[in-house]
Amino acid sequence: MATVEMTPHLYRFFPQLENRPITVPASSVAEILQAINDIAPGFTDYVLDERGALRRHVKLCINETIVIDRKKLSDYVQDHETVYIFQALTGG
Amino acid sequence: MSNIILLGTRKGTVIFDRINGDWRPRPITHEGIPICYAARDPRDGTLWASLDHGHWGAKLSRSRDEGVTWEDMTSIKYPEGARYIVNYLPTPDFDPEAPSAQAQYADAIVYKIWNITFGTAEQPGRLYAGTIPGGLFVSDDGGDSWELNRPLWNHESRGGDLFAGDATSENHWYGTPASIDYGVFEPGIHSIIVDPYNADHMYVAVSTAGVLETTDGGQTWQGRNRGMLMDYLPNPLADWGHDPHFVTCCPGQSAHLWQQNHCGVFYSDDGAQNWKKVSMPDAGVHFGFPIAVDEDDGRTAWVIPAQADSERMAIDGGLCVARTTDGGQSWQTFRNGLPQDNAYDIVLRHSLDISGDCLCFGSSTGNVYLSEDRGENWQCLGNNFPPIYSVRFG
Repeated sequence: MATVEMTPHLYRFFPQLENRPITVPASSVAEILQAINDIAPGFTDYVLDERGALRRHVKLCINETIVIDRKKLSDYVQDHETVYIFQALTGG
Repeated sequence: MSNIILLGTRKGTVIFDRINGDWRPRPITHEGIPICYAARDPRDGTLWASLDHGHWGAKLSRSRDEGVTWEDMTSIKYPEGARYIVNYLPTPDFDPEAPSAQAQYADAIVYKIWNITFGTAEQPGRLYAGTIPGGLFVSDDGGDSWELNRPLWNHESRGGDLFAGDATSENHWYGTPASIDYGVFEPGIHSIIVDPYNADHMYVAVSTAGVLETTDGGQTWQGRNRGMLMDYLPNPLADWGHDPHFVTCCPGQSAHLWQQNHCGVFYSDDGAQNWKKVSMPDAGVHFGFPIAVDEDDGRTAWVIPAQADSERMAIDGGLCVARTTDGGQSWQTFRNGLPQDNAYDIVLRHSLDISGDCLCFGSSTGNVYLSEDRGENWQCLGNNFPPIYSVRFG
């Protein structure tokens, strides 16, 4: 199983994800995000645009590596790896 | 007369209530989220806010209990196959020779929901949303689901039906600076007008293209820019390329339309078949963003003059409001109650509204002013709000 951690800012919109470990079967980033969406419907609308690509100001890492495929989310997450979902440092 | 005012601000939605004659703000809601537009549906009282999330994408938020609770909605999405012809960012390293002669295409995504407009009383549940990059969305179920208006998206002024293939005509829709924040330079629909006497009759205004009209409920659209003048393209009379900052019409006399344009104030008394420039630069009435029209008298309108256009702030450090009662033949300016020293406010396109004799505006420097006598005298409702993007009576 893979673990998912995310910026607490997303808990504002998806409080059901707070204070719980999120573990999902090892798979592509796309499938992992869909698994989170099954727990918290609407989640993918926040981190992906309507073409299924990562939003411009969302950063996603597998362990310490930034995902390469931001459009199709094909990077593969192995068992025991962690997916981190961050918001980029932008805004004011 | 309305009893609430909604502010869309850079840091959330602020609602004022009129209580015993005083306007009192509630604590901000949607805290920290930029709200580019907020309004109340007069048909059923639903409050709407357009969330301009920097990170999480454009969303709508809806309240059916007068703002006590809000429900975020993610249902405005471009359909598969929606494409547009790319406009190039006017960056310092932009090389006009570099783009190929062939059009470049991009898949459409919603960058900004710039305007929410409500259908007529005969159309319960009908809503419109104008977006960057230039799509008009329509809902018939109170905002639960939305569809792109394809005839406008596929308009010949925009290259034709790009769902079907490559462009069949030239693209005349250019970018708005309001899109640059999203890393693109694409057009946006900021003004949507539904004829209160004929729900099939509508106008939209596009920055930067101009005004379009439909008389068949959105099945076909025609450009309505005759008489418009611009000063930033070789042909000032060109059909397209105009930059209406905001367009509105008189609810009681819907053939009377007003337009605060980048290049002046324009008025039409024949349903936008012909526009007439009614600016009076000597009186300061020329550049600005918002415009309001009287609810019953189509010849009476208000603007908030600004210093054009490289400065974009109050003229000579003093705020004023200008009013015409004769279709723009003459203008009166009013300053009583407005700051006249060291005021550098700019009032953005959705940040002036009217309800009866009451007008209200908010500035990008967080100041809110209200007049209860048709713009002649003003009171300040607060100076420390976040930058204000919209002001709407509810």
